[in-house]
Amino acid sequence: MDLDAILLQVLNGLDKGSAYALIALGLTLIFGTLGVVNFAHGALFMVGAFCAVSLQKLLTISAITIDETKTDFLGNPLKVKTPYVENWFGEAIGQGIIDWSVPLAILLAIPVMLIIGIVMERGLIKHFYKRPHADQILVTFGLAIVIGEIVKASFGATEIQVPAPEPLSRVTDVGALLGMGDINVTYPTWRLVYFAFAMLVIGVIFAFLRFTTFGMVVRAGMADRETVGLLGIDIDRRFTIMFAIAAVVAGLAGVMYVPIKPPSYELGMQFLVISFVVVVVGGMGSLPGAVSAGFLLGILESFASTNWAKEIIPGIDQIIIYVVAILILLTRPRGLMGRKGVMEE
Amino acid sequence: MFGLSRKDTLLLIFVAIITFAAPILMNPFPTESSLAQFNAGYPDLMQRFVIFGIFAIGFNILFGLTGYLSFGHAAFLGAGSYACVWMFKLLGYNILPGIILSVIVSAIFALAIGYISLRRSGIYFSILTLAFAQMSFALAYSVLGTDMFGLKGGLTNGETGLQVYNSDPQIFHSDSAPDLPHLFGIPMRTTEVVQYGAWEFQFNVGFYFCAVVMLIAFYLSIRIFRSPFGLMLRAVKTNQNRLNYTGVNTKPYALAAFVISGMYAGLAGGLLSAMDPLAGAERMQWTASGEVVLMTILGGAGTLIGPVLGAGLIKYFENIFSKINEGILKGWFEFLPDTLGDAVVWVLYFFTGSGWHLTLGLMFMLVVIFLPGGLVEGAGRLFGIGRRKKKTPASKTQAAE
Repeated sequence: MDLDAILLQVLNGLDKGSAYALIALGLTLIFGTLGVVNFAHGALFMVGAFCAVSLQKLLTISAITIDETKTDFLGNPLKVKTPYVENWFGEAIGQGIIDWSVPLAILLAIPVMLIIGIVMERGLIKHFYKRPHADQILVTFGLAIVIGEIVKASFGATEIQVPAPEPLSRVTDVGALLGMGDINVTYPTWRLVYFAFAMLVIGVIFAFLRFTTFGMVVRAGMADRETVGLLGIDIDRRFTIMFAIAAVVAGLAGVMYVPIKPPSYELGMQFLVISFVVVVVGGMGSLPGAVSAGFLLGILESFASTNWAKEIIPGIDQIIIYVVAILILLTRPRGLMGRKGVMEE
Repeated sequence: MFGLSRKDTLLLIFVAIITFAAPILMNPFPTESSLAQFNAGYPDLMQRFVIFGIFAIGFNILFGLTGYLSFGHAAFLGAGSYACVWMFKLLGYNILPGIILSVIVSAIFALAIGYISLRRSGIYFSILTLAFAQMSFALAYSVLGTDMFGLKGGLTNGETGLQVYNSDPQIFHSDSAPDLPHLFGIPMRTTEVVQYGAWEFQFNVGFYFCAVVMLIAFYLSIRIFRSPFGLMLRAVKTNQNRLNYTGVNTKPYALAAFVISGMYAGLAGGLLSAMDPLAGAERMQWTASGEVVLMTILGGAGTLIGPVLGAGLIKYFENIFSKINEGILKGWFEFLPDTLGDAVVWVLYFFTGSGWHLTLGLMFMLVVIFLPGGLVEGAGRLFGIGRRKKKTPASKTQAAE
């Protein structure tokens, strides 16, 4: 393998790893604050993706006008569909809005996911704090099925394509971007955008927890919930908000992932299992652990799916993540960055 | 009888009677009536009842007794299925070698997975088993399904699923033996159809074979529940720390329970293949693992009869709900005014036909939220209302001691 190929695989790993990292970050936040194992987190990722799909469908709702000057192949007057957006804002701006529907969906996804998160926590998860982990797993597993089926009933079972904005759907010369002329690698721009976006979200979450009073209280609550409660702080309310924030992170990860992988109702389940593995590898309850394990496993997976790796061990691409997880759990049960003594049973 | 207490013997006999009479009990509606679609007395479905009953009984030995929630039991079911079909391919269509091998293979498989997974407990255990099952699924679906070791289609034949071809060796296959799964010459598909007035009952060989196997499995599970070993497993669930402090090594007990339940799953997988000689990777998928968890919880984890009950109910609903289509719904609500009827049909349509999984998910949530002890506990609560008064004096005497 030469340098170009290695760089290409690293890039491949980074965009998948970004999705893993974002979902795992949310899972860890929920586990660290509420102590709940949320099997419905993959479903939240999928709901985010379908926010983008719905917005695109909403924007392309069209008015049908009849153009008398032209005829279609049957000789009838031609029916022209123009989206309402174009009628309202003029053709150029309207086209632009539709073209940028995926990034615009972020604005839709944030309130939607906040509401879903709060409703889910107050309506369901709240009652499961004191129940055994098995019950939490089972009830959120049931919820994941229900969310998946509702999406299936409303959007159908097939994958739905929504393209990235036109200027971002080309390829970028990565060598030029890094200022290294001797590297000849081009890579889809949107995937680079996704990575940058993921880093931004992760940065915002970390800064929020590190530098705000709210974040400080939440961190204190994660360390010792009881003492924070004794100080007269309503920690439950803040944890509910953290749950909603975790839902938003998963949703945003889903929105931006749409152009990379067209979503279907099964998307959530596909990502969920791996995200759990990521959380376990990173260390249950450790935020930096979840993020770094997400990228690490993403990159490992992409290297394992090269022909070079497959020739040595056939099928390694299918199992590498699980093998790594098993090895980590057996040799270092608390995960790469887990704190000593936390969930180490 | 058979080393069981009176109560357990009665339970076993009760289950046996219900099972053997199932072809009649499951067909309460005459063939021509409009309610005939609620009949469940046809061979394919009844076989599923008992086979998944075995699966759930086995799962209950692990989850119900030790409290370890495995999310990857479908892997053993799948492994059993593949093993059985391989015996068909190599030796011939007699089902006994296939079923025996499927139990052995799944036992080895469970021993390996259990040995690693049981080094952790709680959610880690669940995630580990889930990871193993997903790994097995991925392997069976892709890698092991490509041509390897000179085998066309590899060990699992990937997406197509493993099946028997004419070119397979089938060493013990004689010309007199039937060309489909059989037990010493009696084909599993043989069905005796009995007409009785407007009713029609189907007595299927495969079903009765599975039923006998299930009763044996059920009997063994009662014995395990009542044995000192079973008591130990319950102790593991109640307080593992205390056991460790008293110097008991709990690991071998949990591992034994894991392997036993894996063997039950393998047996169920083998039977599935024996009824229909085709094994696909989708049997290993984690939704399948989730289904057996649901069966056990719905019926009542840790109870004897619960898992069988749960398996029957889930498989029944799956079959009936997914058969109801828009036309049938419209037929039912004809008596309503048009708009109202349409609205009701529109709503119900989400839950039936292809929307059956929505009903399944909702059931899952409702049972976990409101009835964590399952149907058995629910029934107990219903009957308990009348009994509660009698119990009060008993507790008083205890307090006096």
